[in-house]
Order: sequence, then structure tokens, then C-alpha cells
Amino acid sequence: MAIELKMPALSPTMEEGTLAKWLVKEGDSVTSGDLLAEIETDKATMEFEAVDEGVVSKILVAEGTEGVKVGSVIALIGSDASDVASGANAPAAAPTPAATPAPAPTPVPIATPAPAPIAPATSVASGARIKASPLAKRIAATRGVDLASLSGSGPNGRIIKADVEAAGSATAAVPLAPAATAAPIAASAAPVTAASAIPDFGIPHEDIKLSNMRKTIAKRLTQSMVEAPHIYLSVDVQLDALLKLRGELNTGLADRGVKLSVNDMLIKALALALEAVPQCNVSFGGDVLRQYHRSDISVAVSIPGGLITPIITDAASKSLSKISTEMAELAERAKAGKLQPHEYQGGTASISNMGMMGIKHFTAVINPPQAMILAVGAGEKRPYVVDDALAVATVMTVTGSFDHRAIDGADGAQLIKIFKQLVEKPMGLVA
Amino acid sequence: MADYDLIVLGSGPGGYVAAIRAAQLGLKTAIVERENLGGICLNWGCIPTKALLRSAEILHYMQHAKDYGLAAENIRADLDAVVKRSRGVAKQLNQGVTHLMKKNKISVHMGTGVLTGPTSITVSSDKGSENLNAKHVIVATGARARDLPFAPADGKRIWTYRHAMVPGEMPTKLLVIGSGAIGVEFASFYKDMGAEVTIVEMLDRLVPVEDADVSAFLEKALKKQGMTILTGAGVQALSSGANGVSAEIKDRDGKIHKMDFSHAIVAIGIAPNSENLGLEGLGVAMTKGHINTDGLCRTNVPGLWAIGDITAPPWLAHKASHEGVIAAEAIAAELGNKDVHPHPMDAKNIPGCTYCHPQIASVGLTEEKAKAAGHKVRVGNFPFIGNGKAIALGEAEGFVKTVFDADSGELLGAHMVGAEVTEMIQGYTIGKTAELVEGDFIHSVFPHPTISESMHEAVLAAYGRAIHI
Repeated sequence: MAIELKMPALSPTMEEGTLAKWLVKEGDSVTSGDLLAEIETDKATMEFEAVDEGVVSKILVAEGTEGVKVGSVIALIGSDASDVASGANAPAAAPTPAATPAPAPTPVPIATPAPAPIAPATSVASGARIKASPLAKRIAATRGVDLASLSGSGPNGRIIKADVEAAGSATAAVPLAPAATAAPIAASAAPVTAASAIPDFGIPHEDIKLSNMRKTIAKRLTQSMVEAPHIYLSVDVQLDALLKLRGELNTGLADRGVKLSVNDMLIKALALALEAVPQCNVSFGGDVLRQYHRSDISVAVSIPGGLITPIITDAASKSLSKISTEMAELAERAKAGKLQPHEYQGGTASISNMGMMGIKHFTAVINPPQAMILAVGAGEKRPYVVDDALAVATVMTVTGSFDHRAIDGADGAQLIKIFKQLVEKPMGLVA
Repeated sequence: MADYDLIVLGSGPGGYVAAIRAAQLGLKTAIVERENLGGICLNWGCIPTKALLRSAEILHYMQHAKDYGLAAENIRADLDAVVKRSRGVAKQLNQGVTHLMKKNKISVHMGTGVLTGPTSITVSSDKGSENLNAKHVIVATGARARDLPFAPADGKRIWTYRHAMVPGEMPTKLLVIGSGAIGVEFASFYKDMGAEVTIVEMLDRLVPVEDADVSAFLEKALKKQGMTILTGAGVQALSSGANGVSAEIKDRDGKIHKMDFSHAIVAIGIAPNSENLGLEGLGVAMTKGHINTDGLCRTNVPGLWAIGDITAPPWLAHKASHEGVIAAEAIAAELGNKDVHPHPMDAKNIPGCTYCHPQIASVGLTEEKAKAAGHKVRVGNFPFIGNGKAIALGEAEGFVKTVFDADSGELLGAHMVGAEVTEMIQGYTIGKTAELVEGDFIHSVFPHPTISESMHEAVLAAYGRAIHI
């Protein structure tokens, strides 16, 4: 009896992925925990581990195949070597993903033994193939979570209660990303954006295939600009006091191997400003406005081939040194492509800093379902009026982009004002 | 170039287990210990107290020989011999750990270790000092007994657990301050050995971390044995004299009683051994002296890890050992081992055992805490009087209580008091860890005749279908 190996969902938002590389070949024996394949998700390349044991009898999706839907069968695993032969006669191979619409991950109903007298085992979808704890199965059945769509974090890839609850909360968050639910199939089957074909004018060129990360960036930023009316509020901020404080703090922190960057301090300032103006720490959800009770700051980090936003959770209550060490560690792993989904999915507001590239002023696209992002320009010496006299000061220009459906201009302005005050009188950042 | 992949600071049940697991994973490992390999647990804690309690238990049975149709005369306890046996057990295990270190090629450095950086340690002993460095360091320095601020233990009349384990003389009239595991275990030991015992507990019930039903049962059982139990009471003053101690005890009504005892045991909790380790200078984040860690035992300082009593509660040896394994595996993973997959531990799945007489064992949430956490609960209760084996053993006092989530069937907590319960709690622990639901327990076959059948019955009782009540 062959076991169907299905495309795993390696993150709560993953709908499809690229089967980047098979790490096993037909005829290989696998045991639970063996690495089967590398799957490229929308943000990272992740390893797919075996949860069952047996012999790989048939590989149905060739490596390099893009757009493989979550839940579609990618290989068959037999209980022993004799299944390798029968695997060749396996019923119709999984549909080639690009050609046909996503097969709904229909659970194969399996005759279940007589239900337990007290709590009838709610027909757990294809229970025999999914390793999940009894409690995870029970909760999934109650909440209508499809276990086949989850990857397990328990021993040997077992799905445990925490995985189902995490999926449950991800589902609850879906209404906040209308485009993602409105037409998931269309969105994933068709090219990610409605960009029309590029006409060929005979100019020498090459076409480079989009990575999944690039597709996700394109999809989400388009969604943001189309759905969220952006307003932009800019202000000049004098940096001298903050730079002085940073110098003093870094002298004291040198022994601990911590070196605060200006950006670390701005992360904290933004988080504190959001706590002061909670009207800006929100998501627009169509029928509801979600008001967050914590400021989780997504920080744009440029990585080869794109951009990722690792999150400093609860940045308002973290010390600058904590933010700095966390940020350094997250950025390093981001660049190595090793962030876990929970480390870059979520966040209540974003910050993007192009100061190091000398950019004076720019506006950023809101990262949905968030409702604001702060674009930070370079700190530079400028002629500046201090106490009614022209002086030289280090000044940067920051620009907040706000989702005007959710945030009024006055509230946005208040946030920017408090941010400016925190930066110009920076003792508040260490208090 | 680092001397080691890993240095473990402290060789208690957290530290030595971490070192062995690391060595198994091929890490070049060293361990630093200032006193005895095996730490408090097997030299001065869990194990030697169990040896003492075993002697007390056998004495108790001999005194009750008649109940079993037997005759025993001239029954006497020889305190020195009992203590000697306990020390022998500790010594045997200490040598066992020495052997395990050797077998796993772990380099043992005897001396006091101080961190000079996140991954470097200076070890000093009377033989001199040496500097060690490693890619990673695990701090596993444990904790010690907390003193009463106004009456520090002197080892003569005012004891901590450590003095109580090697008594120079038998207390005649003993005051036990604090009714956590350590307090009630020594209360039981000295009561069985023949002392008059009074327990003073500040909170409104004995063993306050346990389920309220367990506390109530224990209080009744200890009173029946002849102990004096004062709950909601505090010791306000304690002074040591040549012939004993005198205490001022404020009772639950606020009245002050002056009482004299031959000895007092202070068992009011623990204090972490986090001073003078160099932690402050490294900026290690702590809460009340305990090091903050994440699920894989990382501190906020890269390369520095912490496990056991020096971290957050519960402060139990088996929690420390399990964290030792998690930390060793997480470190191996960071050093490139792709075959280890450490999983964070869920504190709700860590069992707790107390070896007083009757024994107590529990795992997960109490009924009160489950309700406070918003669970709709189903509670099952099964008394030992309905269990054949317990009656045959002459141990029919005790019960098993289960607390289930009414919606999901999750076993939220299990609480037991009575004979052998400390050996049985692991059944529920495995069930909780594997996330079994009520049906799985119900469909498990429990062997007859055992006291463990009560565990089955307590699950059945939660769903209104217990057989033997």
C-alpha cells in the first residue's frame, strides 16, 4: 500500500511552492526524519522531512517544478521495495500543477473503526497518513482546520496542538488580507500580477524567471497599492542628540559586544510612538479595525534577490541592547535564508531605512495587513535653524505611509510628531 | 581556537546530563564542579533523602507489623546507621557520575568557575587556577536553600535540608517552617523516626502548589499521624539557644504564640546560585536572580546557555536534566549537526513528586488553575478504597484526581496522593506529552491488580463511568 506524499505547507500563508530539489530518488529507503526534498516557499528554501517510513516508489513531480499546490501528491512511498514496481503502475500521476487548477485537497475518506463511545472520533481526514496527536486531530476537527495543510513541529514531524492552534489563528487573520482569500486559485494559477506581456521591440535581452520571493513581493505590493489608499507625512528630524547618546551608550556596551545602530534606536522610537498613538497600531479588516495591544516592528532587510522583514516583537518593552542583538542575529539569518516563518510573518508596523545608501527622502509601500510603514532617509549635516539662528545640524527626513482607510491624517501626524520628539530628546528611549 | 565545543558550569542533574548528551553528539565537552559531581540532587538532595525516607518507611511498617499478622519486638531506630546508609547511597551515585564522565570522555575540572566572557571560564581551586574557553557555555549552577532573614541556619539548632540530612542528634520536638516538598518530606521522616513535629505554612494550605483537594487530604493524614499543622501562620522570630529554639508564631487570627522546640528546619524555598559567576558583567538578563532563557535554553547573550534551578521554575531535578538534553542538542545543531531536532519543553508536562507519607504526585494544572485559565473542566476523582491492590497492601488511603478540558478532551492535570503514586505519575505524563485525549486513556488496558487501575478509574470518573465507585 503506497503512501501519498503531499506538498507540505511550510508556512501558514503558503499556497504553492517550487520543488527545488529532490534529495532522494526512486528506490531509496526513507525513515521518519530523513530529508526528502528542498521546497522553495514564497520567502525561503526549506527542507521537507519524511514522517513515514518506506521506500520511495515513484516521484511524480520533477525537481525544478514551480507552482506545486499545497496538498498535491508529489511522490509515492511504498511500505517495502516491492512497491517500487507497483509504483510504476500507480494511478494517474498528480496533475502537472501549472496546467490544471489546484485540485482541492480532498481528503480521502478512510473507513474508521466504530467510534469511541464517548467522543466519536470525528472523521479525521486521511488519518492514516497524517501524523498528528489525538488532541491535535480533535481540535482540528472542531475548528475545521485541514491537517493535511499543516506541517508538524512535534517529534518526527508530528502535528501537535500548538500547530493546529497556530493555523487557527492564521485562519482568523485571513479576513485582513482580502485579496488572498478572494481569488486564491486565480491569484496563484495566473501570473502573480496582472502585468501584461512585455512587447518585444527587438532589443537584445534575456528573461529571468521570477523567484517565489519576487512573486510574493510583486503580489503583496500591488495588493497594497491597489487596496490601501496611501497618505504620506514627512518631517525633518534633528539627530545630534541621538547620535551623542548612541556614542555614550556604545562606549558602555563595548564590553558586552553590543554596538547599537541608529536604526536599532529608531525601531524602539517607532514602537514607543505606536504605544503612544495606538490609533496607528492597527490593521484594516473590511468590517473591523484590528487594534493591536503590542508593537511588533517589521524591519526591512535587503537580501540577495529581494527583501524580507524580520520582526522585533514587543519592541516597546525591549531594551536597546536587546533590540540590537536580536536585530543583528535576525539580519544575519535573513541573509542566509534561514529565518523561520514566524520570524518574518506578522508585525504590526514596519520600518525601512535607506539612509546607509545616502537616500535623502523616499516613500515606502505599506506591508499589508499592516497599516503603516516608516521610510527613513539619510542623516546628513544640513543648514538648520536652531534657536532662530542658522546652524549646522545632523538632520534626517522620515516619511510615514499610512493606510488612510484605517488611519486619519491627524493621528498619523501625531505619531510622526511623537516619533520626532523621541528621537530629538532620546533619553525616553532608554527610560 | 577554543579548548572545547562546550563547557558546562555545574555538575548537578542538569549539568552532568547536558555534558553526557553533548559528548554523545560528538562535542568536545568539559564540566566544572566546585564540590561534588552530581550536585545537590544526588549528594545532598533527592537521592539521600529518599534513602532516609526508606528507612523511616520500613520502621513504620515494622511498628505496624501486627496489622499484617506479624510480630516484631524491640523495634528501634539507630539514627547514625540510618544516616550512614543514606551517605553510602549518595557516595555510590557520586562515583557513578564520575564513571559516566570518564566513559563519555568528558574533561572534569574541579574548582570554582567564574565566567570571564560569554564563553570563557576561570576555574580556581586550592591547586591553582586555569582558564578555559569554548564555543558554548551552559550555566547549571543550581540553587540553595533560602534562609529566614532574621534567623540564618546555624546547623546546630536551626537547620536547612542539608543539616537535616546529617543530623548530629535526633530532634525530640521539631519545627518545620514551610510546607513545600522539602518541608513535608523532612516532617514525615522525623515524625516516623519518633519526633514530635509542627509544620508552619504561611499560605492557607499545605503543599500550596498542589491541587487543593490534595492539600486537604494531606493535612488530614498528617494530623492523624499526630503532627501539629499551622497554616496561614508565619514565624516572626526564631532564636537558637543551648537547649533548643524558641519561636514566635503568628497564627491565622493574628495572635502571637511563643513556642519552644528542640530544632527547626527552614524550608521556605530556594535562592539561585547566580552571584559571583560573572553574569552581571556580561549583561545576562535575569529575573530575581534567575537567568531568563528561551525554549531552547538560550540566554540573551550569544553562546551562553542556562538550565535547571538557575532558570525559571519549576525547580526540579528532572526539569534540569531534560533542559540539559535540549540545550546540548540545540548547541550541537548550532555547530552543524543536522540530525538533532530539539523541542522546547512544556512546563505543563513536567511532573512533580513529593515523598512524604502519604506520597504526592501531580502533573499539569490544578482544578483551580484550569478554571482560572478559562477551561470548562470535567473532573474525575477515584479513592484508593475502591482499589483492590491498595486494600491488599493495607494502603487504602489516597486518591487520584483528573482534570480534563470538557471541549477538547485534553488531560489538563492529574493529581495523586497515596502509596506509590510517585512511581505512577509518568503514565499521565506520557499521555500529556503525546497529547492523548480521554478516549485514549479509556481504551488503554491497565494491569490488575495494581494501584494504577485507580488512574484508569479516575479518567472514567471524569466521564461519569467509573466502575468501582
